[in-house]
Amino acid sequence: MDWAQSLRIVAPEELLSVSAIVLLVASAWGQTRRDARAVTWLSILTLFIAAVMTAPVLLQGVRGDAALAFGGLFSGDAFAAFAKLLIYIAAGASLLVAPAFFEKYRAYRPEYPVLVLFAVLGMGIMVSATNLLTLYIGLELNSLAAYVLAAFLKPDERSAEAGLKYFVLGALASGILLFGMSLTYGFTGTTDFAGISAALSGGTVSKGALFGLTFILAGLAFKISAVPFHMWTPDVYEGAPTPVTTLFASAPKVAALALTMRVALEAFGPQAAAWQQIVIFAAVASIVVGALGAIGQGNIKRLLAYSSINNVGFILLGLAAGTPEGASAMLFYLAVYVAMTLGGFVAVLMLKDAEGNHIEAIADIAGLSRTRPLLAAGLAMVMFSLAGIPPFLGFWGKFVVFQAVVGAGMVPLAALGIAASVIGAFYYLKVVKVMYFDEPVDKATGRSDMAHEWLLATCVLFISPLGYLIKCLPALAAVAASILFPAA
Amino acid sequence: MDGFPILSLMLAVPLVAGFICLAVDARTARTVALAATLIDFALGIVLWCQFDIGGAQWQFQESKPLFSGFAWKLGIDGIALLLIELSVFLMPICILASHSIDKRVGEYMAAFLVMETLMIGVFAAQDLFLFYIFFEAGLIPMYLIIGVWGGAERIYASYKFFLYTLLGSVLMLIAMIWMAKDAGTTDIPTLMAYDFAPEAQKWLWLAFFASFAVKMPMWPVHTWLPDAHVQAPTAGSVILAGVLLKMGGYGFIRFSLPMFPQASADFAWLIYWLSMIAVVVTSLIALVQHDMKKLIAYSSVAHMAIVTVGLFAFNTQGLEGSMIVMLSHGLVSGALFLSVGVIYDRLHTREIDRYGGLSINMPNYALFFMLFTMASVGLPGTSGFVGEFLALTGIYQQSSLVAFVAGTGVILGAGYMLYLYRRIAFGDQKNADAAAMPDLSPREWFMLAPIAAVVLWMGVYPESFMAPMRNDIHALEARLAASKPAGDAQLTAGKPVTATQPAEHGEAQ
Repeated sequence: MDWAQSLRIVAPEELLSVSAIVLLVASAWGQTRRDARAVTWLSILTLFIAAVMTAPVLLQGVRGDAALAFGGLFSGDAFAAFAKLLIYIAAGASLLVAPAFFEKYRAYRPEYPVLVLFAVLGMGIMVSATNLLTLYIGLELNSLAAYVLAAFLKPDERSAEAGLKYFVLGALASGILLFGMSLTYGFTGTTDFAGISAALSGGTVSKGALFGLTFILAGLAFKISAVPFHMWTPDVYEGAPTPVTTLFASAPKVAALALTMRVALEAFGPQAAAWQQIVIFAAVASIVVGALGAIGQGNIKRLLAYSSINNVGFILLGLAAGTPEGASAMLFYLAVYVAMTLGGFVAVLMLKDAEGNHIEAIADIAGLSRTRPLLAAGLAMVMFSLAGIPPFLGFWGKFVVFQAVVGAGMVPLAALGIAASVIGAFYYLKVVKVMYFDEPVDKATGRSDMAHEWLLATCVLFISPLGYLIKCLPALAAVAASILFPAA
Repeated sequence: MDGFPILSLMLAVPLVAGFICLAVDARTARTVALAATLIDFALGIVLWCQFDIGGAQWQFQESKPLFSGFAWKLGIDGIALLLIELSVFLMPICILASHSIDKRVGEYMAAFLVMETLMIGVFAAQDLFLFYIFFEAGLIPMYLIIGVWGGAERIYASYKFFLYTLLGSVLMLIAMIWMAKDAGTTDIPTLMAYDFAPEAQKWLWLAFFASFAVKMPMWPVHTWLPDAHVQAPTAGSVILAGVLLKMGGYGFIRFSLPMFPQASADFAWLIYWLSMIAVVVTSLIALVQHDMKKLIAYSSVAHMAIVTVGLFAFNTQGLEGSMIVMLSHGLVSGALFLSVGVIYDRLHTREIDRYGGLSINMPNYALFFMLFTMASVGLPGTSGFVGEFLALTGIYQQSSLVAFVAGTGVILGAGYMLYLYRRIAFGDQKNADAAAMPDLSPREWFMLAPIAAVVLWMGVYPESFMAPMRNDIHALEARLAASKPAGDAQLTAGKPVTATQPAEHGEAQ
């Protein structure tokens, strides 16, 4: 085993772990507001450097044995790099918006960015995993940090409740996942993705391995909050502090979806027929339940939670296609989804009343377009984009997914999915209606942070029609996706 | 003009002006919007003058591979040219008609200008997906226009408009994706000549039909239209009736007919029946309306039904007639909505009963209103006659039953329009406030007079409008010839008697 090469491949992870540990120790000595801010900026810097280290891997399209580290436990290939870049960006953005929020409640502490770094480290391992054990380690590292983050706002009962709920249900899902892994190991004799793939490639698959596959997918479906394992999402998203929700809705989603792609396409690739129907069901159910569930919501964070369930459904449609186009469509959609989610939650963070209290009720943003026209326009664009209305980039995300589904010959599935997207449009329109058509209630009048404004502006520019001009993004997604299809 | 991207410029002018309007105060916004639409109108005139009638089918083409997955590809033929002219002609009038809007003027103007960009884009796009983006994006500004500046029931109407049209269009998107995959191109002219498998054509045709039938709108999916029209502000109604409805007809003529000729022939009966029902039913509904805008909205559905039967007549007269009806209806219904707007601004009601005897105190207004009423009825000398006559002639060659039923639309149209006119303009001045209304202001003159002039022009010398699209109609007819269904008209060529030299006068035989 070439240690030097292995260590070189996992360089971003090394950087993240060392920085996280150093910052954790440092934060023991500095608990003031200024220290916390400093640690936050250092964490963002760490993420930035990690991104710079990861980018070349994606640009060069590193794949195969050149990417494998530690005897095939870990793969630093272009696919992982694409997902990692999204994760770093999303995590960096949610760190950027955190201090202003927590300082309002005098609850900001340097542990917060450190926990985010650990979570990011876990996510990085998840997307690079080529072995069930690596997968589990990454997943748990991410989850444990996430449970604490959900409960980070100590004075708030809802936050504690969210943390507990997330923990109990997350632990259950981990158990299901582990059970599936053990079955898979028992019936294939290996935990290595390539090995599982080889073991399953001959003829019919045994009942036991099929059970293993089903349980693994169920566990992963929990992590990506696909229906029917979505129940926790609205509660946790609503209860967790908004910057944490911003993180939950973006980075771990990317990680878990990328992981699901790897498991389904790499490990269980030869048995695509076995998991395709599960994925199709989860996708369609997520789209429909996400759309219907959102209609009655009065809290904008809950609404965005259902929206994320809905979006995961569309992303899973790409997986259901099971083709390189489908995988590349998923990655592109994920990139757009991250921008839309960040934009949506940052806009929510910017909704404050005159005393600076955060506003979450949809009724309270009535007439926002008169009091805060730019903010309302930004949020409206995010909503239209989430609904998949052209010319916003969210449309193109859905478009490439449907293109892949149609390309795989599943026209009825595409028609069903797109018809269901109209239901979703209803509640996105509701937010626009409240902001634009209703009489102002003059609640959301508070000033917002510069960082928030810039972040929202960036996200909105990305999802605006200008985003179509970024031609390299679909190309990179295609390169990254091709990694999962070695034969092609 | 060679190589100058005039279409891109026409798209850019209103878009840029729209952003400017967002940043300035109400007064400036009005000026900027008017200036931008006038510039676009001027560009439109240049476009028409430069258009080489009888030249290449596609002119002013631009193509830039700006995006991944589709291209920035523009170009127009005669059909698109005329519809673009209609859009740019109506826009300055709409801006003038928005005088009574006093809240959030900047945003209002911005919405209209963006709408103009998108409308031109729909007619100019030569890439399938670019077309779809323009087509669908138009929902957003219209949703805002109805929802923010509309009447009392505006929210219901805006939702209905948005969701109805969206549901119609998304299935078309799936069909487009399938087509692009099957044909390996997203280029509309190429697709227009591509032969899809007959079985696939059926599904594709139905998917496109779902979208265009809603947009058109055809009975029974027309119910969003009266709501949207009644609630929209005057200018919104004008754009909706004048241009947005034409996108449905344009869709049929650009996509359904040339791309799926076989399916079009197979489903012609569906179009015929829906159109026949629409003509009779919506005309009768129009007859009993108390609300002026609703009446005109229902009359739009009836007129659009004549467009669809003309399109599916599969012959030159029918296709040309449909195009002229579309143009004429764009002008006339727009003008009628403007006329309603004129008196609505004075009395703030659309209730027909609240008016009466307006020809006494508003003679000029009554004159214009009369002209547009007659054009809507289809009086010879106005644009309505030319279009309806041609469309009915066309369909008569195909099916005399359809021609007969659709022909009743003209009679019923005369019924409800004249009835409307009598109640508004003639009779006693039973309402004092209506009797006290002043006649047209100069601004209103500027709105109505140009439309009146064009309506008469199109009625007296339609050749100006038929010449640019003649070749395109012929090309389309040739494309449809193979699958044209046999009509029930027993057309036999006449048997001319060989002319014999008449005997010289006075010469005995």
